[in-house]
Amino acid sequence: MTVSRYRVCLALLLALSLPGCAATRSNTQTEVPAMHSISEFRDQRFAEVADPWEGFNRSMYRFNFYFDKYLFLPVVNGYEFVTPTFLQERISGFFNNLGEVRNLTNSLFQLKGTESVTTLGRFVTNSTLGLGGLFDPASSFGLERHDEDFGKTLGYWGADSGPYLVLPIFGPSSLRDAGGLAVDNGIRYGIYTAIDPFGNSDDSFAISSGITTLEAIDMRHQQSFRYYESGYPFEYYMVRFFYHEKREIESGKPLPAE
Amino acid sequence: MTHLRLLFLACLLLLPVPSLAADGGYGYPIPGSYEATILGTPASLMPKFTAKLRTRQLVLDVIPDRQRPPIFFYDEGVRCTFAYQEQKAPLVFLIAGAGASDRAPKLLTMMKAFYQAGFHVITLPSPSLANFIISASRSSVPGDLTEDAADLYRVMETAWNEVKDDIEVSSFHLCGYSLGASQAAFVAKLDEERRVFNFHKVLMINPPVSLYGSISRIEEMLKQIPGGPKKQGVFFNKMFSKFSEFYRYGNFVAINDDFLYAMYAERLYSREETAGLIGLTFRINLAGMIFASDVMTNSGYVVPKNRVLSSTDSLFDYFLVSTHLSFFDYINEYFYPYFQKRRPGLTKEALIESESLRSIEGYLKSSAKFGVMTNENDFILTKAELDYLRQLFGERTKIYPRGGHLGNLEYQENLDYMVAFFK
Repeated sequence: MTVSRYRVCLALLLALSLPGCAATRSNTQTEVPAMHSISEFRDQRFAEVADPWEGFNRSMYRFNFYFDKYLFLPVVNGYEFVTPTFLQERISGFFNNLGEVRNLTNSLFQLKGTESVTTLGRFVTNSTLGLGGLFDPASSFGLERHDEDFGKTLGYWGADSGPYLVLPIFGPSSLRDAGGLAVDNGIRYGIYTAIDPFGNSDDSFAISSGITTLEAIDMRHQQSFRYYESGYPFEYYMVRFFYHEKREIESGKPLPAE
Repeated sequence: MTHLRLLFLACLLLLPVPSLAADGGYGYPIPGSYEATILGTPASLMPKFTAKLRTRQLVLDVIPDRQRPPIFFYDEGVRCTFAYQEQKAPLVFLIAGAGASDRAPKLLTMMKAFYQAGFHVITLPSPSLANFIISASRSSVPGDLTEDAADLYRVMETAWNEVKDDIEVSSFHLCGYSLGASQAAFVAKLDEERRVFNFHKVLMINPPVSLYGSISRIEEMLKQIPGGPKKQGVFFNKMFSKFSEFYRYGNFVAINDDFLYAMYAERLYSREETAGLIGLTFRINLAGMIFASDVMTNSGYVVPKNRVLSSTDSLFDYFLVSTHLSFFDYINEYFYPYFQKRRPGLTKEALIESESLRSIEGYLKSSAKFGVMTNENDFILTKAELDYLRQLFGERTKIYPRGGHLGNLEYQENLDYMVAFFK
């Protein structure tokens, strides 16, 4: 299921990014140096992140903006319009609960004992008492959610984030986190194939694509981020910096107390 | 996490005993002006908004035929958020503070509070925001209260034309915070001539009396950092590593409210450092304004004149250069020369003088529609300016004992006051 999604993405990506390449610069007037330039800069650079593929990343950032604008957000808005809020929350709860499997595998990979037990407790509680994740009684019992993924696991064991990378549709990432995303999806696909929940149905493909689509819609529905919404001309750098630092901080090993 | 919150509350209860006793039971908890400004209102002390919001975003083409450089390809018009009631109701226009968009968190909280109380609302971005400079400012040189007010007025008219067939409005009101508050005063004055809205009431929240004076005080805060503002990169990096170290020593789940309050309770940053962070945030905002204005006017200030930036060109050097320019650089090297060219004989002092509430005080004093709401410890005002506001608006002045600059804006009691003002 995931493979076909990527293929569609790739096709769209090519279609949408080609016009950008065709645009040429028609710069006929000669440039005059600016009053202030980087040559007078005598300070440490700040809010900077290794980004050797910035040109590509900015194209991808733009692609995501258009993808959101013409496809993703209209679909999400339609979903929000027709679905009662109560149902939206249950759907989010369901997918968030499935995400606990990823949280659990990765907190185990990081040998985080207490956290693994908490996450397992959450998954079991919400799957049973919470009716398959539709409700979240675990949080009211004080079991807090710990978001983990394979990118964080790699970071925890000392892997460097690598260059910044803006992924189509998924958005801000890094070389390491993009790899982590692939691993998490691989594990998920493995579990899914092993359990094969719709194996008895003739329409198993239709059902699983339907669920995948709903999951993608729910994922975007839960994210409030909108490309270029801040109206700040350096938004790309702010997003890059905060994404990178947040990941660095949250994937790092806690330092021993002094 | 509950014990962290308790710890935090304990710290608050132990520290500001004298100030709590003297303020007639005002419950906003953060005593320091800088801390309040940075932390705002704890989520648990904000009102809950239960009413279903009917909103839509307006993207307005205010200046037809506006040429937008390729680097601003995503900008298709000035953006406002419109929240509408199904029945006849008064409409409030809300103007955002410096550098803030129509969807700035503070503005959205205000929108929800007004909406819940039965108003239609239209939120407007600040004229100092790039989106406004690109799509709504005729000169694309922000900072002049009179011209910015005229641009805002045009945006309001366009927005109103767009929605007037869909809603019924009983009267119009106007409200703005920080820079937006001063602009609201000038917009109201313009409305006395133009008479499109006939604003019934106008509320100014945490306004500067003099733009130049207030921003000078913010710049002053950055001067206290080691090496001064030219070394803000060093300062930024140092503050940031303090932040991440603190996170890694503590046992936190994520960077969230609890973490931020723990940071505050532990006094991670000194008073000077907190002030420096406010100054730096201001500079980062200002950089966006300077860059957008420079690109739009092709002035060759930070971007070489005649350079056409494409949508994939790196802007990072421009970011570094622009953040190292002060408000005074902007005034002396860009803003004043621009106005001097258009109005020969204009002195800098006269220009600065005009960017102040004092320049329209006769009007403000004569009109009963104004109200002002601010804080005793708002650092953008001097003691004399606070007294000036009291004297100018008399009993229509509401001054809270604390909250810093806008820190208590989302506090329940403050929101109640705002809504009650227009009722």
